[in-house]
Amino acid sequence: MGIIKAIKLTYDYIKRDEEGSPTGVNRAVDHVDIDIASGEFVAVLGHNGSGKSTLAKHMNALLLPTEGTIWVGEKDTADEDNLWDVRRMAGMVFQNPDNQIIGTVVEEDVGFGPENIGVPTEEIWKRVDESLEAVGMTAYRYHSPNKLSGGQKQRVAIAGVMAMRPQCIVLDEPTAMLDPNGRREVLRTVRELNRQEHITVVLITHYMEEVIEADRVIVMDDGRIVMEGTPAEVFGRTDEMKRYRLDVPQVTELAWELKKDGLPLSDGILRIDQFVDEIMAVYRETGR
Amino acid sequence: MIRDITIGQYYQTDSVLHRLDPRTKLMGTLVFIVSMFLADSWIGYAVSAAYLAMIIRLSHVPVGFIVRGLKAVMILLLISVSFNLFLTAGEHEILSFWIIHITWEGVQQAVFMAVRLIFLIMGSSLMTLTTTPNQLTDGLETGLGWMKKIHVPVHEISMMMSIALRFIPILVDETDKIMKAQMARGADFESGNLIERAKALVPILVPLFVSSVRRATDLAMAMEARCYHGGENRTRMKPLRYAGRDRLGYLVMAVYLGLMIALRSLL
Ligand SMILES: Nc1ncnc2c1ncn2[C@@H]1O[C@H](COP(=O)(O)OP(=O)(O)O)[C@@H](O)[C@H]1O
Ligand SMILES: [Mg+2]
Repeated sequence: MGIIKAIKLTYDYIKRDEEGSPTGVNRAVDHVDIDIASGEFVAVLGHNGSGKSTLAKHMNALLLPTEGTIWVGEKDTADEDNLWDVRRMAGMVFQNPDNQIIGTVVEEDVGFGPENIGVPTEEIWKRVDESLEAVGMTAYRYHSPNKLSGGQKQRVAIAGVMAMRPQCIVLDEPTAMLDPNGRREVLRTVRELNRQEHITVVLITHYMEEVIEADRVIVMDDGRIVMEGTPAEVFGRTDEMKRYRLDVPQVTELAWELKKDGLPLSDGILRIDQFVDEIMAVYRETGR
Repeated sequence: MIRDITIGQYYQTDSVLHRLDPRTKLMGTLVFIVSMFLADSWIGYAVSAAYLAMIIRLSHVPVGFIVRGLKAVMILLLISVSFNLFLTAGEHEILSFWIIHITWEGVQQAVFMAVRLIFLIMGSSLMTLTTTPNQLTDGLETGLGWMKKIHVPVHEISMMMSIALRFIPILVDETDKIMKAQMARGADFESGNLIERAKALVPILVPLFVSSVRRATDLAMAMEARCYHGGENRTRMKPLRYAGRDRLGYLVMAVYLGLMIALRSLL
């Protein structure tokens, strides 16, 4: 059993009229099965409103399933006794960098989580030092979060989660509000944590470039998982991706168009160098 | 405009006063306030003045900086001084003109009142000038911890204060942004009568309110995700610990308070 496993996970938001009496339900997650192995880097893609955030909030017991079950580290999130274990095991990073930093000084914000779970003072300091080091923010430890760039704020948020010593971090569109530099910065941090500290990563995004390095991509549409596989497999089904109103990386799309016109290229080309190699091979073979 | 208010500001420097435990400083402020109500003679005020001067020296905060803080309360000061000046009845009339009677007792009262207010403001601003907002909330939470027994939500209040401190600059920036956006659309905040100006603020307040609610919801979720569940079983990264200088501080306070009480009952 993986670190995060869900069976027939379903969540309904209850629609209400002006008086607050329920008028119906909005099924945001619909019979989702997932199994994420420890150490895996999983990307979740999907159009706005496809239920990505709702799914993510289940991994931290911020929402509890309407139907079905989700286990985090083999613990059922619906069981009240598991609440703090689940939240400690799977940390969560949100979209808006300003709205998730609590401390007025960087290092104090990183210490917030450990304080909450009753870690002794000396141990807190140790964890804060290590977490800041892991995200490369040690130089900013005495700064006010307000003076940092978006990418730096997100790295502080990641450090805050790391200080709880989680096995898994769930990031819900952490780069959506950042500029390209900030995006690269955050992504590099996440990748390093995955490779060096063997943290399981669930990255929700709608930037295709961020997905390429994932071990596995999950595509959601209308609350369901509609595609799943390695980045090459998923992007290789370019027409299907377009049906779910998702883009593919430019080079993948170019290769796909050329292939439609009859060039013998492989499916799901993700990198420019790979594309160049294949084109050169085709050129040498056919002499065109 | 909002940024100009200096009361409650922190003055960054290194001094004994900066290094004192915030609880000591809170108690010191309380003692000083009490002492100002004990003073009722010239000698009493002279002792307070000397005490205040000593603390200002220790704080390494420039006197000019402290005095500037008085500007914000100038109006309040003038009103209370004039009340005392014109409305104190007494034997020794100095000036009498139409309905205005100024007495010697009135002058004395007015001067005392002014000195008392100025000292109070200077004394309490020394607290905020030498203590970071964080230390202040920490001091309140730890120092008032005993009030939890009588069901005062001390932890919650101090958490609210520190969150407010974190978000005030963000909201100020946001207000600035919204104002500029509205000005670019031709909004005018500077002209018109009071009602018109108040109306012009509505397009600023509404989006500000909406975004604050959104921030509050997000923040609550982020705190919950990081295992926040109130003050119970919480440890601290920076627990407050008294040092030798704090004991000395309490001693100085006690001596000063004793002196002020003695002066009041003897004279
Ligand atoms: N707090 C909420 N109350 C009611 N409906 C919601 C709420 N949050 C999300 N939804 C609805 O649930 C669906 C999935 O939303 P969400 O999980 O936020 O998708 P995504 O993160 O992929 O954009 C959408 O139809 C959205 O309108
Ligand atoms: Mg979302």
